Amino acid sequence: MTGEPVLTVADLSVRIAGLHILQGVSFTVAPTGVTVLLGRNGVGKTTTLRAVLGLTPRGGEARGTVRMGGRDLLDRPTHRLVRAGLGYVPEDRDVFAGLTVAENLRLAERRGTTPAYDRVFALFPELDRRGRQRAGSLSGGQQQMLAIGRVLLNDNRLLLVDEPTKGLAPKVVTEVAEVLERVAETVPVLLVEQNLAVVRRLATDAVVLSAGRVAWAGGAGELLGSAELTRSLLGVGSGEVRA
Amino acid sequence: MNTIVLLTLTGLGLAALYFLVASGLSLVFGLADVLNFAHGLFLGVGAYGTWWAAGNLPGAGGEGLGFVLAVAFGVAAGTVVAVLVELVLIRPLYSRTIEQVLVTVGLSLAGVALLQATWGADARPFPRPAWTRQVTGILGAQVPNGGLLLIVAAAVVLGALLAFLRWTRYGLIIRAGVENREMVTALGIDVRKAFTLVFAIGGAAAALAGALGGVYFGTVSPGQGGSLLIFAFIVVVIGGMGSVVGSAYAAVAVGLLQQFVNYYGASGVGDLCVVALLAVVLLLRPQGIAGKVAHA
Repeated sequence: MTGEPVLTVADLSVRIAGLHILQGVSFTVAPTGVTVLLGRNGVGKTTTLRAVLGLTPRGGEARGTVRMGGRDLLDRPTHRLVRAGLGYVPEDRDVFAGLTVAENLRLAERRGTTPAYDRVFALFPELDRRGRQRAGSLSGGQQQMLAIGRVLLNDNRLLLVDEPTKGLAPKVVTEVAEVLERVAETVPVLLVEQNLAVVRRLATDAVVLSAGRVAWAGGAGELLGSAELTRSLLGVGSGEVRA
Repeated sequence: MNTIVLLTLTGLGLAALYFLVASGLSLVFGLADVLNFAHGLFLGVGAYGTWWAAGNLPGAGGEGLGFVLAVAFGVAAGTVVAVLVELVLIRPLYSRTIEQVLVTVGLSLAGVALLQATWGADARPFPRPAWTRQVTGILGAQVPNGGLLLIVAAAVVLGALLAFLRWTRYGLIIRAGVENREMVTALGIDVRKAFTLVFAIGGAAAALAGALGGVYFGTVSPGQGGSLLIFAFIVVVIGGMGSVVGSAYAAVAVGLLQQFVNYYGASGVGDLCVVALLAVVLLLRPQGIAGKVAHA
């Protein structure tokens, strides 16, 4: 990793409904490229992203330090973090099904800034064509484009992207990966992803979680190039990673 | 035929009253997840505010523009109280559902007690324009003008609410927030401002219901808000939490059902039928007519 990290997570612990989901997680996100959070189901990847964004659920508690640009993020409300430059693409898209595509995008506009519709429509021309269609009637892939398009409407310092290829057809997975690759050229990305082919294509750095702790952190190439590491940490052989 | 027209229009008048109370209640619950048992208080403040203004506010009175000014004062008072309740009592309790219920129930009881202590427990005659005490002949039926006034007012409020939800930035935020509040926040929007706004809208509509309900019933009493609130809750559940259009449909269904069954059956049976309708909707379509979507 070169340059100061864009995000530093130190000793992050999250407790939800009496369960200690994260137990002292520490890692950094590089100022360029894609840092991927890996690990088996239920190890706390999504919880980590949500804790960074202040979205720990009602009754839950997050402790530790999350710093971006020298400021601690943990006690700040989510909407302020987003306005400070954290873009979030949630797991399962979470587009507003009852609103049109254009309304979903309009909602993401931030006061005092010029929304980058040109950038969004250059990447996703379909969103321009389907502006009046209800988001709930879009396919899974189109909803994912809308979810990514919403955050690209504004300039961000870091994108938090949670399983963007989940449940999508292989062709759409490739399209989403291509878009994220282009996006990562201009803004760093902290990505949660289960599809190791996509990880191989995008990731520059990797953090592997296991049972709420960081089990390994380093260059993505080093992790994915080692059959022993991928087998012990992710439960797959490096051959499967090249799928 | 005359009877059916009369029952239909008086039923719609009742529906209009329910809608004015339920629309705000529905938006508040749909967006903020607050079950506001103090909503009847806003109605009481609107009614008593109008009643007080008609007798004491310079320029206000029981006729013409004076009555409009009195109603405007009542609506403003209801709105201010609703905003204060949200800012002072509800906001610190947004993640604590049980405490919210306790506070709003307590507030509704305290509100009624305060009105009783100030102006007495007995119903008082409501100042209203002479024409609202008269009737209009429609298809052979003599329909009370007070009921027609309620229908027109509810239609105007429905149109204004839909236009607000459809065409304004805050309307968009409210519609989105009813679907997924957390995601609205994750787009950089301070959704708490929208909470205050829906309380203000709900308070204004309920206060208007209080003022026009006074015209309709001819009296104002401290417990009026509470009794109407029960049917408003039924309307909200049948219509679907967060749906203004659903509330309108449900209010019409409840108002007409009550009126027709009370007339052709026996007095009070209409209320039982409304509860039965609620049970049927909950069994067959638990999300209500329109589900949890704020329709524009």
